[in-house]
Parts: sequence; structure tokens; C-alpha cells
Amino acid sequence: MANASHFALLKKLLLVTVFMFGFGFALVPLYDVFCDITGLNGKTDNQAAAASDNVDTNRLVTVEFIAHTQGGLPWTFEPEVKRIKVHPGEVHSLQFFVQNMSSADKVVQAIPSVSPGLAASYFHKIECFCFNQQPLLSQQRADLGLQFYIDRDLPQEYSTVTLSYTLFDISDKLKQNDFDQLFTSNAEAD
Amino acid sequence: MDSANTSIVDTETNDQHQADHEHHHGPAKGIMRWILTTNHKDIGSMYLLFSLLMFFIGGTMAMVIRAELFQPGLQIVDPNFFNQMTTVHGLIMVFGAVMPAFVGLANWMVPMMIGAPDMALPRMNNWSFWILPFAFAILLMSLFMEGGGPNFGWTFYAPLSTTYSNDSTAFFVFSVHIMGISSIMGAINVIVTIFNLRAPGMTWMKLPLFVWTWLITAFLLIAVMPVLAGAVTMVLTDKYFGTSFFDAAGGGDPVMFQHIFWFFGHPEVYIMILPAFGIISAIIPTFARKPLFGYASMVYATASIAGLSFIVWAHHMFTTGMPVFGELFFMYCTMLISVPTGVKVFNWVATMWRGAMTFEVPMMFAIAFIVLFTIGGFSGLMLAITPVDFQYHDTYFVVAHFHYVLVTGAIFSIMAGAYYWLPKWTGNMFNVAWAKAHFWLSLISVNVLFFPMHFVGLAGMPRRIPDYATQFADFNAIISIGGFAFGLSQLLFVVVVYKCIRGGEKASARVWEGAEGLEWEVPSPAPYHTFETPPPIK
Repeated sequence: MANASHFALLKKLLLVTVFMFGFGFALVPLYDVFCDITGLNGKTDNQAAAASDNVDTNRLVTVEFIAHTQGGLPWTFEPEVKRIKVHPGEVHSLQFFVQNMSSADKVVQAIPSVSPGLAASYFHKIECFCFNQQPLLSQQRADLGLQFYIDRDLPQEYSTVTLSYTLFDISDKLKQNDFDQLFTSNAEAD
Repeated sequence: MDSANTSIVDTETNDQHQADHEHHHGPAKGIMRWILTTNHKDIGSMYLLFSLLMFFIGGTMAMVIRAELFQPGLQIVDPNFFNQMTTVHGLIMVFGAVMPAFVGLANWMVPMMIGAPDMALPRMNNWSFWILPFAFAILLMSLFMEGGGPNFGWTFYAPLSTTYSNDSTAFFVFSVHIMGISSIMGAINVIVTIFNLRAPGMTWMKLPLFVWTWLITAFLLIAVMPVLAGAVTMVLTDKYFGTSFFDAAGGGDPVMFQHIFWFFGHPEVYIMILPAFGIISAIIPTFARKPLFGYASMVYATASIAGLSFIVWAHHMFTTGMPVFGELFFMYCTMLISVPTGVKVFNWVATMWRGAMTFEVPMMFAIAFIVLFTIGGFSGLMLAITPVDFQYHDTYFVVAHFHYVLVTGAIFSIMAGAYYWLPKWTGNMFNVAWAKAHFWLSLISVNVLFFPMHFVGLAGMPRRIPDYATQFADFNAIISIGGFAFGLSQLLFVVVVYKCIRGGEKASARVWEGAEGLEWEVPSPAPYHTFETPPPIK
């Protein structure tokens, strides 16, 4: 009799344990959803935005660009300009220069991050090299394009917005086929 | 008075019955007794001795750390080994010393305190102990692997534990899995025991506080240990199976690791201190010869600390670039915890107020606990203040803080509990002179060890670094001397326990004049089986 009630409680407690193990993993998507809703964490939209034709000429916002590589990746990576002033709503384009300085062909992924984090949702990218993986042959150079505008609704307290790109080497993470595919499709495009 | 008399008579008939019973069914002989045992007292003893062993292994690593930091510069160990020492010292002390010691005390005392014959799930109890030595064997073996053991800190932040770790990480992950399974089984056992095996009349609000605090701790354990298991699993798959939970290149986020880790980690620090509150709440009334002041408020304070512990985790992460609103939220929630904690401290003081106090060894440790734990609590409040945390973060001030709450908090309470119940366990009074020597040497050396860490921390000495700027040299030499003295003093504890097990003045059933509770109504040493028929509850 006692054993039956032990067993019933044991089952409930094991269920809690399994549920909490699941909850640990559920924190991963919840984290993204939470950041998405609150706009925390400085993550920009990874989708191309539509251009805006509504320019607020009364206001100037400074946009700064930072580019660096992660994990000792032997690439050079720098923006065409470090700082520009833009009107909210006005579309701007600029180039980031990269060169693969290593003796191996590599594929990289650029990860954007905006500071202050809450301004990230007002930073719209119409076109960005960070939407795609970037293959470069050994010693090859490339100009990577970015087209963006700052939302007119950017709160007044933000006068400077900094966009940072970090290049990660993802060559080892790709399957050999996908890796080769990236280089062939790139060659065709050229 | 009448009821007390009947209870004594009943206990005597109980003993008679138990003596007969033991005749047919005493403990088995030899090593198999310990391997196969399902007796809560045997398992409790094994947990306690295991945690004592781990305390010395982890302590030896602390001695290596302090030896290296005795002087500036690198002299004894190389930095990688130093990092392994800080990492494994933390893991062993948290999961190998403090937690199993509390589980051991729970095994011994919870059934006796609630009038139960044993733990509810004795076979599982055996398992939850016996997988622990394997977990720590795996962890310790990894130190001898090529490239060394885990060196990323006990918090195993990604990407240190993913991108930049060596293959011993797999062993680390599996050993943490096993430790987690052991803790969860232990916690489930405690909950089922307390829910189902209370003697008739042992109502919720009659439970001794040690039982209450352990019940709440057990719920914390089953809530957060699975999250830790999830976190180490994610580290494992990130490292070996190409997932990107914490890798920005694949869409993950290393800061998310810290959120998941501290979602486990903050309740974990209360897992390591709530049972300590229970022990102190048992000891103070005994030697103040007064009932505990504010019993109900103690229960509610414990529950609210446990509840709040789930919404303060990000105070470990103030410097990760949270928005101001988040920092304020976590700052205020953290400070709120000092309210129920303050309730407890004031209740202990009020219990002692105008009590007929005597200062036996458990009481000395308990009073030292209250004073020194409160110092750790205050430095915790300082760390909770977001703007100044930017200065304290990752310095020796943090090291001082959590050693005050864990060493002079958790460990001192375990020592207090061990001295308090040792005569009940062994039937012999320990050697008081040696025990007092242990107390005074520990009390002085632990403060020489940890107090100056506040100063070097405020002055900017970073933690987890094997070298430091020369202006910190004098303080570090003092700290190291305190460390060696504290480490050596603990050998006295082993001597006291050993001598007490071997013999000594016979202890009475009640042991301490003012002791109240069911555990004091069985003879000393406690018979192998107690309360096979439920005791009457006053």
C-alpha cells in the first residue's frame, strides 16, 4: 500500500525532472523569441528589408562600422568607411573589403550585432553579405556590399548606432559537397 | 510531562522490539554490507565519508592554488594546470563535498526526525550513492589525460568549454551527468520520504526545520539539475556533433550559455545553503534552551528564498551588456532575497536572546556560521548593486564572497551538524578538547584566508589567474598562510571523527541537555533500525 503511493509520487517527480530537462532545451528558442519581442541582444533582422522612400532630413544619425575576425581567421576585413552620418530613412550603400590571406580556400559567415542593442530593430538591411555564406579562394579578394537605412522611428535618445560584423570560419562545419558547391556557384556568378 | 513519560516508555518497548529484530536482521558482514545496503544510516554514513574524502581532494587542489599564489610570478605549476586546479576544485567542492554531505545528513536524520523506518525508496538510495564515486573517478581521471582535465572554470562558459577545450570535456560532461542523476534520485527520495512516511501526527508545521529546508532544497534540485544536464549536453553536442547552441557562426549565442547555466546556478547556491539553515535552526534552540523563535516565518522565509532564486540569475551577468531595465530588475530581485534571509538571521538571534546559552562545539560552529555567513551575505548585497558590480566582477572580491557563504556558511554548518549528531551516530562523545582546537584553528585561519581577499579584490586582483601584480604580494602571502593553516586544521576533524567512531565516553540518548526532537528519543548509537512502528508525536 505504501509502495503504491511511493510509486505514484515517484512517477510525478520523474515527470517534473523530464519536463525540466526539456525546459532546459526549450530555453534556447525561448531566448530567441524573448530577444525578438523585446529587441534585446542587438540582433538585426536576417531578412532583406524593403527600401523606404520617406526621408527625415531634419535629423542626422551617426552610423559606425566595426569589422573583425574571430578565432584567428587569417583574413583581412575592413569597412570602406568607419563612420558616416545619415538621415533616417535614407538608403546608403558601402563596401567591406576582405581578403583571404591563408593558403587554404575558406568559407566564412559574417554575424552582425548592433549597439545599443535596442536600436537593432531600427537598423534595416536591404542587402547584406551577411545573408549568405562567403567563399573565398586562397589569397582572393572581394568587396562585400551592404545596403541599409535607419528607421525614421529610431528613438531620439540614439544619436549613434554601431554596426559590428564578426567573420567566423565555417569551412569545417560545411559538408564537402556544400563547400565545393559554394565555390562553383561563385565562379559561375563571376 | 505525562506525554513525555509515555514517549520514553514507548521508546523502551520500541528498543526491545528492535533488539529482537536486529537479532535476525542486523547489518550484513564485510564489504558487501556497504555495497548492497539499503539502510538509510549506512547510506548516510557513506555519503558523509565520501564527502569528507572529496573535501580533502578538493582542498588539496586549493592548496596547490594557494601555493602558486604565495608569491607573484609563476613558480610551482604551469598556467594550464593552475586552471585545471581552480576548475576541478570548484566542481569537487560543490558537487562532491557540500552536496553529498547534505544528502548524507538528510539520509541519516530525515527518517529519524519524522519517525520513519527508512527512506521511502531504499534501493534507489543505494544507487544514488554508488554512482557518485564513478562520477568523481571519471572527473579526476581526466586530469591525467593528454592535455589535462577541464580548465575552463567550474562554470564551463562557452566557448571556453566548446571551441577552446580539449577532449577531456567529454569526460567532464559525463561525470556531471552522473552527479546530476545522483542528486535527482537523492532529491526524489527525500521528497517521497517526507510526503509519505511522516509518523501519524507529524503534521507539516511540526516538521523540524532541517526537514523543511531539505524538502524545499529537494524541489530546487529536481527543478534545476535537469537544466544543468541540458546545458552540459548542449556543450557536448556543440563540441562533437556540430550543433551551434552557443556558436554565433551557426546562429547560436555564447551569452545564452550563461543564461542557461545561471538559471541552474543560482538556485544551486541555495541548494547549498538551505539545508545549512536547517542545521543551524536545529542547533541554536538546543543550546539556547528555548524553542526556535518564529518557526512559521522560518518556513515561509525558506520557501520565498527558493522562489526568488529563480528570478535573479542574471546578477551573475551584469557585465554582459544587458539593458538598464534588465540590470535594475535583477538588482532589485537580488536585494529582495536579503529580506527572507534577514528574517532567518534575526530569528536565530532572537532564539538566543535571553536563552540559557552554553557553548558546546556544535553551538560554537553555529554561532560562527551566523556571523560569518552574514558577512558573506553583506558582500553579496554589495555585488548585487549593478553599478559597483562592474568593479567587483571577476575579482577576488567575488571569491571572498562565495567562500564566506560556502566555507564559513555551508561547510561550517556541516561541521556543526556533524559535531551535533556524531554522538547519536556513534554512541560516543567526541573528544571535546580536540574538537575545540579544530573550531578555534578553523575560525581564525578561515578569516586569515578569506578576509584579505576582499581587499585585493577591491584593489583589482582578477580571479582564476596564476600570477598577479606585485602590489598584491603581501596580502596573497597572508592569504596563502591562512589557507595552509585552514587546510591542516581540517585534519583535526578527521582525528576527532576517527576517535569518536573508535570509542570514547558513552553518550546518553538525548546527548545534549536541551535537545528536542524524535532523533534524541532513540538510544545512542541509533539502532540499525529505528521507528519500525511509528512513534507517538507530542
